[in-house]
Parts: sequence; C-alpha cells; structure tokens
Amino acid sequence: MTNAAIILTIGVGTYLLRLSFIGILGNRPMPDWAMVPLRFVAPAVLAALVAPAVLLREGSIDLSPVTNPRALAALIALLIAWKTKNVAAVIVAGMAVVWLLQALL
Amino acid sequence: MAGSHSQRRRGTSDGSRAVAPLLIGVVPFGLVFGIVAAGSTIGPWLGGSTSVIMFAGAAQLATLQLIDAGVAGAVVIATALVINARHVMYSAALAPHFQEFPAIARFTLPYVLTDQAFAVSIVRYGDVTDPVYKQWYFTGAALTLWIVWQISTVVGIVLGAQVPASWSLDFAIPLVFLVLLVPAIKSRPELIAALIGGGIAVAAAGAPYGLGLMIGAVSGVAAGVIAQRVMR
Repeated sequence: MTNAAIILTIGVGTYLLRLSFIGILGNRPMPDWAMVPLRFVAPAVLAALVAPAVLLREGSIDLSPVTNPRALAALIALLIAWKTKNVAAVIVAGMAVVWLLQALL
Repeated sequence: MAGSHSQRRRGTSDGSRAVAPLLIGVVPFGLVFGIVAAGSTIGPWLGGSTSVIMFAGAAQLATLQLIDAGVAGAVVIATALVINARHVMYSAALAPHFQEFPAIARFTLPYVLTDQAFAVSIVRYGDVTDPVYKQWYFTGAALTLWIVWQISTVVGIVLGAQVPASWSLDFAIPLVFLVLLVPAIKSRPELIAALIGGGIAVAAAGAPYGLGLMIGAVSGVAAGVIAQRVMR
C-alpha cells in the first residue's frame, strides 16, 4: 500500500466518521453501548501515544535523566500542562528541559 | 427570508471570533506538525497534504510517526481512525442542529468538524435558535481553524527544513499529545483509561506490525468502560 493511499483512506474514513450522525444516521440518539466507550478513546489513545515516546529508549523503560532526558522533561511538561493548559508554554518548557539536560549531563 | 443575510454575516463573524482565543493552541500545534512533516520519510509535501486531506492534528502526527516507524499500512489506517473516532460523538451531538441546514451544508461542513469547532458551536447552540445563524456560526469557526491550520502547517514545513536533528524537535510530538491528554481526563474512569492505555502501550511496544499503540488504546478504552461500571 502506498503512503498516498494510506493517507487518502484515512482522509475518507475521517470524513465518514464526522458525517456519521449528521449525514447518515440523522437525528436518532446515540446508543449507550457506543457512547460510553467513545468517551474513553481520547484519554486512552493520547496516553498510548505519549507513554512509549517518553518512557522507552531503545525498547526498554529508561527513567534516567542522563540517558533519557525525555522522561523527566515530560514529567515537568505534564505538570505545566495540568496547571496552564497552554500549548506553547508546554512545548517551550519541555524542549528547554531536554536541551538543558542534554547540555548539562 | 427576511434578515437571513444579516444572520449569516453575524453568525460567521461570531463563530470566527469565538475560536480566536483557541488559536493560541492551534498555531504551535500546526507549526510542530509542519516541522515533523518536513523531517518525515514521506517528504514534506505528502506529509503536509494530510492537513488538507485529514484536517485532524493528532491523527496526522500519529500517521507520520507510524509510517516513519515502518508500521504496516492497515495498522496505520486503523490507528488513525481510532484516534478520530471521537468525531462520531461530536457528529451525534451536532446532528439535531445540522438537520435544519441545507443538504449541501450537511455534507460539506463535517469535513471541517474539529474538537475546537465542535466545542464553541455546541455551547453557542444552547443559546440560539436561528438555523441560518447556527450554520454560519459553525462555518465561521471551522473555516477560521482550517485556514490557520493550513498556514501553520506550511510555515512549520518551511521552518522545519532549517532545523538540525540534534535539536530533538521530534520530542515536540509527545509534548503536543500531552497538552491534549490533560484536559481529556475529566474524571476517575478517564484517568484509569489513560493509565492503562499508556501502561499497556509501553508493555506492548515491541508487538509485531506496530500494533503496540492499538493494543494500548483498546485496553485503555476497555479499562475506562469497566471502571465506570464499577464506580457507578
């Protein structure tokens, strides 16, 4: 499968997800069995994207600020995200911590 | 219809103004995405085209990340669509309002449906009844986000071409996801979904075909559903 085909398929699929009730299923209420799991998609997926990216180095868990500065930087970024919800502040602070640790250690 | 033209103008400008404060979050996200696209193995323009084809930031980032990791096409598609599944929830909530719009609007506006456009519109729809106003309020909000997202992507691509790899800018990807994750945790079952989702994704990182993310996500959703049942 070419990369362009992958991207187009996701694009069409995403449009259909957005269209689902508005254009096809219409005015009917969403059944509970579908509504309840959907509530948990965002937290579960986002955590599944973040955790391996910051906790793993070369396939195993590494929390040392010396060999894996991303774990500590992510922890600090998490606290800032929790307090401010400001995208720019979190990115700048997280990147700054990684650069600082890389330079110092 | 008398006054429908002014409702249209007022709706568009109100919607556009309502998303203005949210652009503080959209612009850096778009820049990061553009920078990532610039460094992607599929090249900046195919990567950047996802901003038009998908118009869904988290799924766009995950798609490039998975393609760059050599994950099988079917798994990339499934993962991106799971990330975007939340739009079904928005579609269901907006459907009663959109039924009043002309068919052309019902079929074109979902293309620009995003977290932010949904959030401002559903709040406003609680206070207003005029369908013309509602239609153009959504249009104004969603199109503003679309235009800003495209510009941020292109600026990010141009910037990204000048950034050396030693700057670890790929770390900005999990940082963006982190900012989206925190407000998604509104109660204890959602926290459990996140902890299980993240934990299982780490444990399953070595899974074949790059399925680790999907395994983590599905486990997290299941844990959230169970937690909600138990705690009720």
